Amino acid sequence: MVTCKQFLKELNDYLDPNTDPVMKTHLESHVSECMNCFVIVDTTRKTLQVYKGMEPQEIPEDVKARLWKALERKMVAEGTS
Amino acid sequence: MTPTSHSAVASDPNDEGTLVAQAQAGDGTAFAELVQRYQRKIYRLAKHITQNDEDAEDVLQDSFMKAYEHLKGFHGQSKFYTWIVRIAVNESLMKLRKRKGDRFVSLDEPIDTGEEEVKREIAVWEGNPEQQYSQEELQGILNEAVETLKPDFRTVFTLRDIEELSTEETAEALGISIPAVKSRLLRARLELREKLTRKFKRKGDNAFGYV
Ligand SMILES: [Zn+2]
Repeated sequence: MVTCKQFLKELNDYLDPNTDPVMKTHLESHVSECMNCFVIVDTTRKTLQVYKGMEPQEIPEDVKARLWKALERKMVAEGTS
Repeated sequence: MTPTSHSAVASDPNDEGTLVAQAQAGDGTAFAELVQRYQRKIYRLAKHITQNDEDAEDVLQDSFMKAYEHLKGFHGQSKFYTWIVRIAVNESLMKLRKRKGDRFVSLDEPIDTGEEEVKREIAVWEGNPEQQYSQEELQGILNEAVETLKPDFRTVFTLRDIEELSTEETAEALGISIPAVKSRLLRARLELREKLTRKFKRKGDNAFGYV
């Protein structure tokens, strides 16, 4: 019998699509009986989803301008086109 | 890692490998295209790790400068993106250490994933945050949550779950063991889950209801 503590330790593996199916079935048996862990799995999945869905924001214009200026100087110094 | 199979380089001019080869041959425009492609991700990564605008700007500049300088030494055994991320991580960690003194050095110490600590907030979410908040509000909430993590945790989380590096690549970039990456990632995920749940949970009596 898997305890909540043991299950949480293996949560990453449970969420990983590449985990060995035998291991997964073993963990699944806990989630199907434990509401707490079921909720944790669900909200952890959602947490990862919102982070993965986040597009990187634009870099502030002045920061970008200074980056290009620095690169330009570098390229000129090194003699590339 | 094995000395990889070099698949035939596609002739697509926008292909990363083609751009890198051109840049290595001295084509500044090709390098500029690579910068263009990854600058926003590198800046985000630097901000997540350093939590400081000025440091993030330095990291952004220094990383691409270093990449440019060492381009000839890049042999394509990894992807250019992984390579530039690794440079940026090093630069970011250096900044962080400088600011925090020696408080942040214990990169490989084991972490206890205490059950009590992570099980405090158990409630379902109210709908889909992506639909309930504007893109900007949501960004703010997500960034704020990452900010509260300890540097060790937020660095691993940023590389694994935001930049989507593999466990092995993350371990290599940070110079820590694979088990250390795994335990930190677990801790970071559970902490973020809890923080976001406080924000997004269904309010009222029915907070625990899936049925
Ligand atoms: Zn449980």
